[in-house]
Amino acid sequence: MELGIYTFGDLKAHPLTGERESTHARLLRLIELAKTADRAGLDVIALGEHHRKDYVISAPEVVLGSMAAVTTRIRLSTSVTVLSTQDPVRVYQQFATIDQISGGRAEIMAGRGAFVESFPLFGYHLDDYEELFDEKIRLLLELRDNEVVTWQGRLRPSLDGALISPRAFQDRLPVWIGVGGTPQSAVRAGALGTPMFMSFFQGPDSGRRLVDLYHRAAASAGHDPGSLKTASGGHLYISRKSQTARDEYYPYYSDYFTQLPQFARGMPREVFEQWVDSGLIVGSPQEVIDKILRHREILGVDRYVGQIEVGSLPGELVNASLELFAEEVAPVLRRETAVTPNPT
Amino acid sequence: MSGGERIERTIGILGAGKLGTVLARLATAAGYRVLIAGSGAVDRIALIVEVMAPDAIATTAEGVVAEADVVILAAPLGKVRSLPLDALSGAGAIVVDATNYWWPVDGILPDFEQAELSSSEIVRNLMPGARLVKTFNHMGYHELDTEARPAGHPDRKALAIASDDPTALMIVAEVVDAMGFDTIDAGALAEGVRFEPGTSAFGATASRVALLTMLEAGDSPAVARGRMSR
Repeated sequence: MELGIYTFGDLKAHPLTGERESTHARLLRLIELAKTADRAGLDVIALGEHHRKDYVISAPEVVLGSMAAVTTRIRLSTSVTVLSTQDPVRVYQQFATIDQISGGRAEIMAGRGAFVESFPLFGYHLDDYEELFDEKIRLLLELRDNEVVTWQGRLRPSLDGALISPRAFQDRLPVWIGVGGTPQSAVRAGALGTPMFMSFFQGPDSGRRLVDLYHRAAASAGHDPGSLKTASGGHLYISRKSQTARDEYYPYYSDYFTQLPQFARGMPREVFEQWVDSGLIVGSPQEVIDKILRHREILGVDRYVGQIEVGSLPGELVNASLELFAEEVAPVLRRETAVTPNPT
Repeated sequence: MSGGERIERTIGILGAGKLGTVLARLATAAGYRVLIAGSGAVDRIALIVEVMAPDAIATTAEGVVAEADVVILAAPLGKVRSLPLDALSGAGAIVVDATNYWWPVDGILPDFEQAELSSSEIVRNLMPGARLVKTFNHMGYHELDTEARPAGHPDRKALAIASDDPTALMIVAEVVDAMGFDTIDAGALAEGVRFEPGTSAFGATASRVALLTMLEAGDSPAVARGRMSR
């Protein structure tokens, strides 16, 4: 199975000191992260698009372009590209460019995102939330598959024999759909025959029905479910010992979640412990191996990507966790999953 | 789940998303007849219902309102205005409001910016004839899915419930009990502010005793909203 990491480029003030890293330093540290992950042999690094002050990445394409120039093997993706509020033509052009620079390592993971700041920012209406994504993902797939496109929709001006240039380096630039648990999103991904990514805060059990739905929707649209890739992810933190992992991670994790209404005062420790016990991937290398294998067993995923940075988790801890992931977790997982569960 | 004799009821669910499909599963497991509707045509949700809540019946929102004894609102708050509000109001339906107002996800909805009111009072004002009950809103859909337990189970969790209509509250409390949760009567609908986003109780997956303590903490979203930076 493929293994990788993703990040939103968190830029959160430290909960105790109140210090916030500069945007400049933070972006350079992201590029270093990509170099490290590349050297360590991971398969993919993905960046999430946000338009909030606690995240430094609003333009993942630009950061991925920089990463493309300083890495050699790792695939460069998003987690996610908020397609609802972007122009698919521009998205395709940008990722085709990254794909050319990187010699065929670019991917797009399109999604609707967890926040809605981008709607007013780019002049879109929340009333069109469903339709925007639906129309734009279809157009993006058209652009990916055809150099000259004639297209008509409702929310974007039509294209009449438009030349879409440059083309990607790969024959078919991979376009994934990221799904947050909404059943209709899994149906859409299946019907379009795109690979699907799911993220989980706790265990992967709730994804079992989503994967079933995805495969059923794919089959009824005439796609071979066995040929469709799936991936899973979620927060990831590894330390040498199980208890140390929990103790090191908890303060930052709790602080990170203060942006959610249910944890406005921080996440209680017992809730954190319960999440870890029920599948949040925090622990020793062996525990993390077991938890990722559970994703594989329950969902049949072809790829796992861990969200390696969260809130103000310090760079030293991120790097130590990444090192354990690449050196102790990944080799075991690759060996254990060398035989694919869904032969195509 | 509670066993024993129960009045046969039809539960209707408006919303076939994350929350709606979980509630449909819990309600069918409790032995109710369950109707579920998404936005628009039935065939759009047929496959979803078949996979996510196989014992529920996919129908239209109008179908739900016409037949259900208890209607659960499980759609995003921004979609509430597109529901058959007049029919719900006219029928004097028992309506369970499982929605929340949380602007980072819903966007700013001017109707719901009145911090002194419970969002459920504002929902009720959109369907004044309906008998509105607020519950299911403060526990995440994932927890609702995994934490349902039979009555008397030592690990059973509780949901706060509020209404201006004591009979409707009693009926809904019975449904919640059958679906796997204890209830705590928080009082009138206005008291719903005590388990809305920003309060201690919001997000709680807690036993009856623990939830009572949180509800008594007395914090209201008006305070909590002020604390959140926009």
